[in-house]
Amino acid sequence: MLSRTADHLFWMSRYTERAENTARLLDVNYQTSLLPQSDDVALVGWQGLIGISELMPAYTEKYGDVRARDVMEFMVKDEDNPSSIVSCLGAARENARAVRGTLTTEVWETQNQTWLEVRRNLKAGAFERDPGQFFEWVKFHSHLSRGVTVGTMLMDEALYFMRLGTFLERADNTARLMDVKFHGVHSDFYGTAQDSKQEYDFYHWSAILRSVSGFENYRKVYRDVIRPERVAELLILRPDMPRSLHASLNEVVSNLALLANDPSSDTLRRAGKLCAELKYGHMDEILATGLHAFLTQFLDRVNDLGAHISRDFLMPAAQ
Amino acid sequence: MQKFDEMYTTLPYEFFSGGSKIRDHYKIYDEWLARQPGDMMANRREEAEMIFRRVGITFAVYGDKDEQGAGTERLIPFDLIPRIIAAQEWAELERGLVQRVTALNRFIHDCYHDQEIIKAGLVPAEQLIGNTQFRPQMVGVAVAGGIYSHISGVDIVRALNAKGEPEYFVLEDNLRVPSGVSYMLENRKMTMRLFPELFSAHKVAPVDHYPDMLLETLRESSPATTAEPTVVVLTPGMYNSAYFEHAFLAQQMGVELVEGQDLFTKDNFLYMRTTRGPQRVDVIYRRVDDDFLDPKVFRKDSTLGCAGLMDVYRAGHVTICNAVGTGVADDKSIYPYVPKMIEFYLGEKPLLSNVPTLMCRNADDLLYTLDNLKDLVVKEVHGAGGYGMLVGPAATKAEIDTFAQMLRAHPDRYIAQPTLSLSSCPTFVESGIAPRHIDLRPYVLSGKKVQMAPGGLTRVALKEGSLVVNSSQGGGTKDTWVLEV
Repeated sequence: MLSRTADHLFWMSRYTERAENTARLLDVNYQTSLLPQSDDVALVGWQGLIGISELMPAYTEKYGDVRARDVMEFMVKDEDNPSSIVSCLGAARENARAVRGTLTTEVWETQNQTWLEVRRNLKAGAFERDPGQFFEWVKFHSHLSRGVTVGTMLMDEALYFMRLGTFLERADNTARLMDVKFHGVHSDFYGTAQDSKQEYDFYHWSAILRSVSGFENYRKVYRDVIRPERVAELLILRPDMPRSLHASLNEVVSNLALLANDPSSDTLRRAGKLCAELKYGHMDEILATGLHAFLTQFLDRVNDLGAHISRDFLMPAAQ
Repeated sequence: MQKFDEMYTTLPYEFFSGGSKIRDHYKIYDEWLARQPGDMMANRREEAEMIFRRVGITFAVYGDKDEQGAGTERLIPFDLIPRIIAAQEWAELERGLVQRVTALNRFIHDCYHDQEIIKAGLVPAEQLIGNTQFRPQMVGVAVAGGIYSHISGVDIVRALNAKGEPEYFVLEDNLRVPSGVSYMLENRKMTMRLFPELFSAHKVAPVDHYPDMLLETLRESSPATTAEPTVVVLTPGMYNSAYFEHAFLAQQMGVELVEGQDLFTKDNFLYMRTTRGPQRVDVIYRRVDDDFLDPKVFRKDSTLGCAGLMDVYRAGHVTICNAVGTGVADDKSIYPYVPKMIEFYLGEKPLLSNVPTLMCRNADDLLYTLDNLKDLVVKEVHGAGGYGMLVGPAATKAEIDTFAQMLRAHPDRYIAQPTLSLSSCPTFVESGIAPRHIDLRPYVLSGKKVQMAPGGLTRVALKEGSLVVNSSQGGGTKDTWVLEV
């Protein structure tokens, strides 16, 4: 397969996944903001949201102070913001269009239709009318896109590059989500850490779980009240939790193995090592390092994997 | 003007009256149409547009932005009413096209080798060598199979001849990168989807095998160096107006769609960059003009081609389809010589007529043209896409005067033809069903044999009375049916 084609497929999936995760994150923030809470806490939530994708300078320049409405606008509809949902869906569609011949008709039409509809919906005010429903729509279309991909694409390189993009992006996004949500509250770990706010804590952690569709899964796995260290374990170490770091890395490694070429053995080794650390890791060790430090390092390594994949497959130096 | 002469033998504009005589091959369709409820066509048109947009069958418009600031992608208007050609008529057309394209390929070969046709005094040397489309880099180059124009789009119109009878005329040969074949295929898919019942009532010759024929043609044109040739489609990229077609054809043939940046040359062979390292390329179906193919030889600022490609080509290690330099044969200044070429190379009488053409480079022709501008169509020799032409009967006095000045200044840049009343076909426009002028572009493939899918692309001038069918100037397309006996 052409390196350029692989590059477009990889990024098409990354952008689709990113749009979904942004919607998830906004949704959970939006739902939390409907709860009774102090303005400070709400503000921290919105700030964290912008910080998550390192967008604070771009935001401040355009909108000034952090306000819920502006943050939502910036992250949903602003086409100048490359990380907004509409920009991500647009980029996914542009990448798809560049390789439409490599995709099945169904995959291409799903991408194209999603893009046409998101623009139409936003124009018609669908987001302002009901943000929650709009976020559901974005998630649903991401599910649709993944489903039509695995349901129709030939199981060859093209599919593997798409899957690789999806799971690398997911590993990155879940890590960022945790970083901002755990770090955002005052102590490094235990939420507000005050007994009087127990109830608030429950909503905080359950909202995080819901944002990764993990609430029911948590109950199933732990059959216990919601405790932050278990939330962290579920999202980092559990291989059976579809949006966890471990599960994402498992997919990254298996797709990389299927794609292996001569120069990629080092990349595969790095991915395998990261995966093994999650497989044999323990929450106590991670907490001893500090969750924030652990996630920062994890994000660096994911980023490094992306660079290696690009060098080995997508943009090989001129021969 | 106002007539459906595609559908009726007698002329009056009376579509639904019994007065005129319908041509046999339109009978079933006509009866079917009369039975449909009034809003059916409007509903189907809406459905068709929705599908085209979802499938993304669009062409990009340069520089245009929509209200949200995004680059625009437009639909080429698709008309629901098919253009129908009788089997016998098509058979004759097909023979004529095979003959014409065969002769044109012989001519291009001759241009770049012995130039017998100049020696025989049939085409003036300066018309060939002095032609801007003549590529000196091609002189003496042996191309695989001696074929230059593998894909030829020959524009054909049906009009009244000197005897007042309808006849097919060749208006133009497109031998560089003729486009539009994807619309031929998509239009058929669309009509079959919208009107399945019509296909059980008619025996319409299928066209879906065109990509197979194209792939066969391209593989046959491979250099002798490989048994299993790798074919690619070379596109300028997704912002090119015909990108949909490039992607479509590559996908239908199951070959890679490459851009210039994907290619490189090494040791006089051509390679593409893949995820598994370099892979050799044997045949390029290029949708990039000559000028942009190789910055070392042609335009230096081109990023659409591949440096060193011409060296590999001239060494016979890759086939470029169509060959470099075919433009020398589809130039409007060469067009008048095609009937003579057919006789010269094939020793046959031409089966298809040219439109009678005045070459303004000749003093007599120029005089006649200047005296009769209001009745003639004058075309720039190197013009394309319906630009740079004067349609006398539709022009104002001022336009004619301006054109006359240009003509006097550079007579050799122009040819003139009588204004043909192109045949018109019932077309579903805003005001309902009305006659609109049409042409026909069959796509002729030349490999080991010369073949084509039955029919081609029918283009229709959607503006009332207009004779310009180009999509850049408000033209649309129709499905084209060749009826089998």
